[in-house]
Amino acid sequence: MHMAHLLASSMGGIRAAGDLVARMQLSKKMRIDEAKKYVADKLHVSPLDLSDPHEMRLLREELDIGTVTGVPGVAKGIAAKARIAQLLDIEINCVEQFKKKTGLHY
Amino acid sequence: MTKILTRMGDNSNVEFTRDELRQEFIEGSEFAAKKAKIPPLTENEIDWLVDMFAAPTRIWGVQRGNEVVMTKDGCVNALNSSQMSSGVVAPVNREVGVRLFESMLGFDSMEVSHNDYSVKPQRFLKKLEMLHVEILMETTIFPLLYGFMPNLGLYFKTDGPFDNPYDLMQQGKIKESQETQEAAGVKCLEDCIEMSDAMLEMGADGIDYDTVASTGDGEFAAVLKSTEHVAKETGLPVEIGMSTEMVTGVHGSIEYNGKRLAGMWPHQQLQVCEEAGVSIFGPVSTTNSKKSTPWNLGKALVFVKSCTDIAKVPIHPNVGMGVGGVPMFETPAVDVVTRCSAAMIEIGKADGL
Repeated sequence: MHMAHLLASSMGGIRAAGDLVARMQLSKKMRIDEAKKYVADKLHVSPLDLSDPHEMRLLREELDIGTVTGVPGVAKGIAAKARIAQLLDIEINCVEQFKKKTGLHY
Repeated sequence: MTKILTRMGDNSNVEFTRDELRQEFIEGSEFAAKKAKIPPLTENEIDWLVDMFAAPTRIWGVQRGNEVVMTKDGCVNALNSSQMSSGVVAPVNREVGVRLFESMLGFDSMEVSHNDYSVKPQRFLKKLEMLHVEILMETTIFPLLYGFMPNLGLYFKTDGPFDNPYDLMQQGKIKESQETQEAAGVKCLEDCIEMSDAMLEMGADGIDYDTVASTGDGEFAAVLKSTEHVAKETGLPVEIGMSTEMVTGVHGSIEYNGKRLAGMWPHQQLQVCEEAGVSIFGPVSTTNSKKSTPWNLGKALVFVKSCTDIAKVPIHPNVGMGVGGVPMFETPAVDVVTRCSAAMIEIGKADGL
């Protein structure tokens, strides 16, 4: 059933920019069109590109914000989220906790 | 006359003529409109739905560009749990499962939770849950919430310490029934707050309260207060997924901000959730397994539209097994799931699922 919804309606998470749009809905309570516009503006792409795995795969590697397939050296996990927080100009809870724990500031 | 093959609410096959199919959507829509006193589907919307269900394709999808984001309940229960959660008992732990949902399945967000999904049992495993959240926060990229069902029912005898309100009601002890719900609600609220605070301290991106109001208005009140706490004390997001289309008045008199919770329909539930500070609201329309999927979907879309028309927050309708028009069956068929999914966005104007 999950696969059916993914195929029919989903942006595709880190295959495209679904995780980024989801972050704007969660952190800023943005409705879908507003969230897509916000992320598209930050990435300098169109809202249509956000669901396109071709456009987004290349862009995600270029911006170093995590890719769906395993590529050595590309930001993963907390490192990717730290870059996403800077890119989208939002705070991500675990990144803030990581900064507190490590004393790193950026 | 050409027959259109679709399904009933129990996932079994059924055939309709085009006119019969249209009538199913109209009747489902009017059922919801009459119950909640909200507008039914328009002629254009019914036309779109009829065309979608009449198309012979197995799979349906939204128009390119109209994709939305998915939030998830139940963590990886679909992988490692049993039939109860439509699970396949795969030998996969949460660390592996969440990573699979992120990369292999392409989910937009995910939830960490325990297989025993209610807050009362989870609270005894608080430290273990904190560790799993902490580890997953370091290895994943997509948003990761922590979730549970408040499930006030577990606080009543014989599962919990408080007198059972249903037993008391049968004895005609209405006041005592209300008092025990209020007392249990306080304990449930404490547990919800304790678990929410702990997981947010570990870096969770937010909290998901699932199947809210399953035990009626007392449970709904506890969740609204817990949402207030999380939103105001931490500033972090809360997603509320309801359990049913109308809040049952097990207590009957509990209010929130002067509004009686018993009898609330989705658009009214949304408003109090917004007042409490919710970030994402998930309305529910329960599937009647004796009615057709078109009937159930027509009903569900009317409830969802009543929310998306007025919402200040994203609306993510529940579209799991037995809700949102989806048949009540452990493996609902893709021909109807994909249609319900697309309809929720194209007609229901949902911001996610």
